[in-house]
Amino acid sequence: MDLGEINPVLLVASLMVAATPLLLAAIGELVVEKAGVLNLGVEGMMIIGAISGFAISVETGSPWLGFIAAAIGGAILSLLFVLLTQVALANQVASGLALTLFGLGFSALLGQSYVGVKPPSMGEINIPFISDIPVIGPILFQHDPILYLGIALIAAVWAVLKYTRIGLILRAVGENHDAAHALGYKVIKIRIMAIMFGGACAGLGGAYISLIRVPQWTEGMTAGVGWIALALVVFASWKPWRVLLGAYLFGGITVLQLNLQAAGVAIPVEYLAMSPYIITILVLVILSADKSSAPASLGRIFHASH
Amino acid sequence: MTTPLLSLQGLTKAYPGVVANDQVSFDIGEGEVHALLGENGAGKSTLVKMIYGLVKPDSGTMLLRGQAFAPPEPRAARADGIAMVFQHFSLFDALNVAENIALGMENPPPMGDLASRIREVSETYGLPLDPFRIVGDLSAGERQRVEIIRCLLQDPKLLIMDEPTSVLTPQEVDILFETLNKLRSEGTSILYISHKLEEIRTLCDHATILRLGQNVGECIPAETSARDMAEMMVGSTLQTPERSGREFGEVALDVSGLSVPSPSEFGTALKNVHMTVRKGEVLGIGGVAGNGQDELLGVLSGEIPTAADAIKFNGQAIGKKGPTARRKLGVLTAPEERLGHAAAPDMSLTENALLTGSVREGLESNGFLKWNETKGFAEKIIEEFDVRTPGPENAARSLSGGNLQKFVIGREVLQNPDVLVVNQPTWGVDAAAAASIRQAILDLAAKGTAVVCISQDLDELMEISDSFAALNEGRLSAPRTTIGLTVDEIGLMMGGAHGMEVAHV
Repeated sequence: MDLGEINPVLLVASLMVAATPLLLAAIGELVVEKAGVLNLGVEGMMIIGAISGFAISVETGSPWLGFIAAAIGGAILSLLFVLLTQVALANQVASGLALTLFGLGFSALLGQSYVGVKPPSMGEINIPFISDIPVIGPILFQHDPILYLGIALIAAVWAVLKYTRIGLILRAVGENHDAAHALGYKVIKIRIMAIMFGGACAGLGGAYISLIRVPQWTEGMTAGVGWIALALVVFASWKPWRVLLGAYLFGGITVLQLNLQAAGVAIPVEYLAMSPYIITILVLVILSADKSSAPASLGRIFHASH
Repeated sequence: MTTPLLSLQGLTKAYPGVVANDQVSFDIGEGEVHALLGENGAGKSTLVKMIYGLVKPDSGTMLLRGQAFAPPEPRAARADGIAMVFQHFSLFDALNVAENIALGMENPPPMGDLASRIREVSETYGLPLDPFRIVGDLSAGERQRVEIIRCLLQDPKLLIMDEPTSVLTPQEVDILFETLNKLRSEGTSILYISHKLEEIRTLCDHATILRLGQNVGECIPAETSARDMAEMMVGSTLQTPERSGREFGEVALDVSGLSVPSPSEFGTALKNVHMTVRKGEVLGIGGVAGNGQDELLGVLSGEIPTAADAIKFNGQAIGKKGPTARRKLGVLTAPEERLGHAAAPDMSLTENALLTGSVREGLESNGFLKWNETKGFAEKIIEEFDVRTPGPENAARSLSGGNLQKFVIGREVLQNPDVLVVNQPTWGVDAAAAASIRQAILDLAAKGTAVVCISQDLDELMEISDSFAALNEGRLSAPRTTIGLTVDEIGLMMGGAHGMEVAHV
């Protein structure tokens, strides 16, 4: 066992990378749930994003086009959820599960010819001087642009929900859709926009795994990150900055336990492997003990005549 | 003659199977308080929804100050100066007062400015409010203030109020009327929907009465007796329940030092509740909704367990017993919410009869259900309580509110309870059905049952109860004999005016 081999700077830098897919998917789902919709299809939208982003960037050679395609792919799959739950008024839980199963199967079909292919690399943003600062430089200033986009999205969602009218209307729709309708707000329209935003974010998160974190394509490569994102939104009490905290905690422990495994710590591997899930949930459960609670209309079906 | 502010001409709106409004016409003048009277289901709500742009009429026209007026959505109606205070509050519990108000405005100012305007307007009209409090923590009266201020901030020409006083104490009603009178003197017209006739007689200049979607008459409320208006609403003569003088027996239900937290987040905890009910006595419990009524019913029914000694039935401690054990002893309850609490909406009336009746009526043996006897029990309820339904095999959901209410009350009454607890027994029920339900409760008491009637309808409580107590923030006032109790005293028992003051400009 040699803990000295673990480099704290590299550890922090790589935890940010490990956390980003989770962070992107979770912030999208947070907006969806704030609008009162429970979309359990995050995993499916992520994997569709992973393959569409991978395929497009391989075909075009541009990772940027890949990420755009991933966002569009996730949003298009979320339209299926829109059709089921907002138009046909189907049960949201069942529809979300169906979306995940469909996404996993469909992505495997799409990805058959991409197994073993290497995608073009995105490259890191290297700002002269600041990225060369010891410790801080590698941690904060030597990453790919999508990682920064994730953090910016957290800040943007937080600010929009807290300070803008559209954020207020979104929260109102999630809190009491009947009252929002009575005041003349377009409940279904607002929810569709939120669901598509959630789909796009999940797609980006999926593509981050297949294009940057891993980077290659294998079937089912999202490996449950979508489900962790769903849990993260709940345990983060629907607060954007707590989503960031939870995602980094989860990413951090994931990276740390891999390092510990590599260093040969005398803890059975199974315990190390389960530690990110347990510790993240424990911390967020303790944090969520305050009064904040779920949007009151979460998961309820809205129909104008009721 | 001057042009009326709003003129309705031949408004008709039909839903599948029912005509909600049939050729309704009337005028609302400038600065007039116009009452819209009618039973539940008479079409009042549909009519105001058309004025507010939530529902489009099938035919008919509206004229606002002589101009054609057909708002496609509430935004348009608001832009034309129509504002509405809803019966079921259109508020968002998790948001604060200022955010709630901003949601009801077209172009809200920045939050800081809005907060100071809210303070200003609320002081002017004697409705003090803190803009940054979370709405879920407010009392019903305060929540209504939020709605009213939301409307006032838009300088409405016509303010629509749908049953505004059903959640207020008498003192709060007085203050509301001061506010409305002040608005009228400033030239605002008010369309006031209610079925409380005395209120309409004190407040309104003019009244239109709807029955089954049709305009069946107009009157000047101050010159018409409440009884005449009631009979226009119902379309037949009313029977007042009869109360025979009777002796009370020994104490049947004894609640002492009862304190329980509320199971729900925005609920009210019960604090040190004491009460005794004797055999043959009807104890009326008044109070504004949300002051612990649901919790009290839950505790008495056994849904919320409590300290064993806190509730005694004929001297036996039953606080820890669940609903079925209590039913076996003879303590029966009928909760307020018909669909989902008192009855399972998608189950048939026979199945619903079984759900509470199986213990006392012996409708099951060794775990097997006796369907024939159950059907007989359901048919007996339907017959004795005049429930209008094709038969006991129909789902509870298919019954109208009043008919289902007769069924759930009848189901308990026919099981010959020793103690019966009812919450809002005539809520949403038409006047004739309400009278028969009240009569059934009185008949039951005359046979020696101790009855606890929780209700927000003070007239009802005055009519049927022997003693009266009020719930206020989870505390129960000391019960007093109903005879000789004045409205002012009742109001004070209900907690007075909750910090409101009369408009002072």
